[in-house]
Amino acid sequence: MSESDQRGGWLKRLRSGLQKSATRLSTGIGDIITKRKLDEQALSDIEELLITADLGVEVASRLTRNLAKSRFGKEVSDEEIRTAMADDIERILAPVTAPLIIEPDHRPHVILVVGVNGAGKTTTIGKLASRFRQQGYSVMLAAGDTFRAAAIEQLQIWGERTGCTVITRPAGTDPAAVAYAAIEQAKAAATDILLLDTAGRLHNKANLMAELQKIVRVMRKLDESAPHNCLLVLDATTGQNAHAQVDTFRELASITGLVVTKLDGSARGGIIVALAERFGVPIHAIGVGESEDDLRPFEPRDFARSLMGLNP
Amino acid sequence: MFESLTSRLGEVFDGLTRRGALSESDIKTALRDVRVALLEADVALPVVKEFIAGIETQATGQAVIKSVTPGQMVVKIVHDRLIEMLGAEVSEINLNAAPPVPILMVGLQGSGKTTTTAKLGKQLVEKHRRKVLMASLDVRRPAAQEQLRVLGDQVLVPTLDIVVGESPVKITERAMRKARQEGYDVVLLDTAGRLSIDDELMAEAAAVRDAAKPVETLLVADAMTGQDAVNTARAFHERIGLTGIALTRVDGDARGGAALSIRAVTGCPIKLLGVGENLDALEPFHPERIASRILGMGDVVSLVEKAAETVNRDDAEKLAARLQKGQFDLEDMLSQLQQLKKMGGLGGVMSLLPGVAKVKKQLAAHSVDDGLIKRQEAIIFSMTRGERLRPAIIKASRKKRIATGAGASVQEVNKLLKQFQQMQGMMKRMRKMGRKGALPPGMAGDLSALPPGLMPPR
Repeated sequence: MSESDQRGGWLKRLRSGLQKSATRLSTGIGDIITKRKLDEQALSDIEELLITADLGVEVASRLTRNLAKSRFGKEVSDEEIRTAMADDIERILAPVTAPLIIEPDHRPHVILVVGVNGAGKTTTIGKLASRFRQQGYSVMLAAGDTFRAAAIEQLQIWGERTGCTVITRPAGTDPAAVAYAAIEQAKAAATDILLLDTAGRLHNKANLMAELQKIVRVMRKLDESAPHNCLLVLDATTGQNAHAQVDTFRELASITGLVVTKLDGSARGGIIVALAERFGVPIHAIGVGESEDDLRPFEPRDFARSLMGLNP
Repeated sequence: MFESLTSRLGEVFDGLTRRGALSESDIKTALRDVRVALLEADVALPVVKEFIAGIETQATGQAVIKSVTPGQMVVKIVHDRLIEMLGAEVSEINLNAAPPVPILMVGLQGSGKTTTTAKLGKQLVEKHRRKVLMASLDVRRPAAQEQLRVLGDQVLVPTLDIVVGESPVKITERAMRKARQEGYDVVLLDTAGRLSIDDELMAEAAAVRDAAKPVETLLVADAMTGQDAVNTARAFHERIGLTGIALTRVDGDARGGAALSIRAVTGCPIKLLGVGENLDALEPFHPERIASRILGMGDVVSLVEKAAETVNRDDAEKLAARLQKGQFDLEDMLSQLQQLKKMGGLGGVMSLLPGVAKVKKQLAAHSVDDGLIKRQEAIIFSMTRGERLRPAIIKASRKKRIATGAGASVQEVNKLLKQFQQMQGMMKRMRKMGRKGALPPGMAGDLSALPPGLMPPR
């Protein structure tokens, strides 16, 4: 399958996923403006539409003000408004777009995957493993979620599906011990990439965040440069609390990038725009489904235009 | 949850209540702030608009503007509306049907369905004395059925045997059959997570519903959900028909506006709150208390209940008797610290007290946290019994030994002793007041009104 076919495929998926909200957003804007003067009322309606997509009050109002600056009082069409909005959103997202770069020299390149409960960490690891395997890397998985029932089994199934060795310890083991053992084994086997799963943790639980810091500390006993990436998995349905999540995980776990999951649902994931503005943490990939191939690179233009209901 | 919303609204209301007379524009400005506060708390926009519109009509009426304390009146209107939106009274899980009573759990991926199922199963067995069977219909996510089985083992609630390759409808039928044959009272059906726009899976959920004919269909929703909460809730309600809501991760710091949104679009009561990773951490939802908490009026009822649950009655009476006699030593202080810890730590207690939004900030400034309680406990632990009963004997070299034993510094030991003296003093004062049979006025918003043991060292 050629690269462009794949692209078309995922774009279609993303767009059909985004369709619902996009349709809502765009018909909304269409209702407000069918070539008429852009006035206060129209602006405030647009602002509200952005809020509905989880962009947050602040970003929504700033985007709307930008729009007002250039077009206030002018006759504008629906298409013009949407394009202008999409352009602004793309401008915000472009700087945070960064693919996940693997440096196989590390052997293993350690990727620590963190996030709140139910964000989709284990599924994301499965998808990442599948992608790395397709790219020809050797991959090892470590079942660092020793807390949640059957989390280890869940990762083991992903290991079978993707043909990766899974390092496990019995449930209840200190996850730092799992990390240590995993790095040791990955080093011994000269594995290219080690993906380390962790238990879901709410960022406001100090003890659990300390546990995460311990995992990193212990890891560094074997490899001072580890983890080479720390990915925060963020559920696209999350509202303004995503700010607190990114803020805390960034401070306490030095996250290096985001993976945004569940973008195939009716949630728009507009929160990404606000996060990009405030933190500038790179967005590596987005999740658009439950199967192995549903992890996609993040494309700001497509995302922004899909969000506004425009053709990419 | 709800905390930041509380402090945001608190600021708005402080502004309102300080003024004598209110003009319509004062109220409009305040309501605009309320609108932003609600949006930032993730309450869905249509819900916010309806809420504000309702309040505006009431609050700008002549009765309010002419009343003696218009600010208070507006706060009361917001409070009442909030309760109305959250649902007027506590709704419990409905078990009024011929057993086995099927309960269906639905929701998005990762919302916490399986954990909530296990918590509910445990609660129905332990508190309601029902015979419960749990079955996982999640044939999609790897090891999902295994997850429920393991949790079932942990909470001692039986789960339906896993048959590989069976469809959700078939599993449902088998579960109901087994329940009927073996005399189960309740069957909990844990479904796979699904997106509300996934037609195929929504149809599957509807088929499961038709096969089980559930008495309760609970939407399990994450308290951190944003604006999409309304779409998801509406879609699930339309396709499957909900009877209640279980809100999870309420122990996070999300402002929890999703609760208002979901409740408003479905009209279904919130029946359960997931408040922690522990399998006991499932609570009923009290609309009035939550509304009061949102508005910073405190939730004293919950505090008293929590105290009643956790505090050993005998200990409490013994302590009360000692206080009556004006006795208070480090042992008493230790037991207070321990009780505080049991009640969910400082944070847990504080969030229930009236007017604490401000106090909390002060506390943070004094770096009084749960870690402190632990350190203080350690210091007392490394004292001898004699030292605890007669703290006066603790001099320099004892202090040094205690500090070393507790892994603390001598300053920390000094701080603790000073705090102890303050508490002792306060106990004496309280004893005098206790005779008059009343608590001091101005309890709220003042550090000195904190329960003893919470006094930050000065």
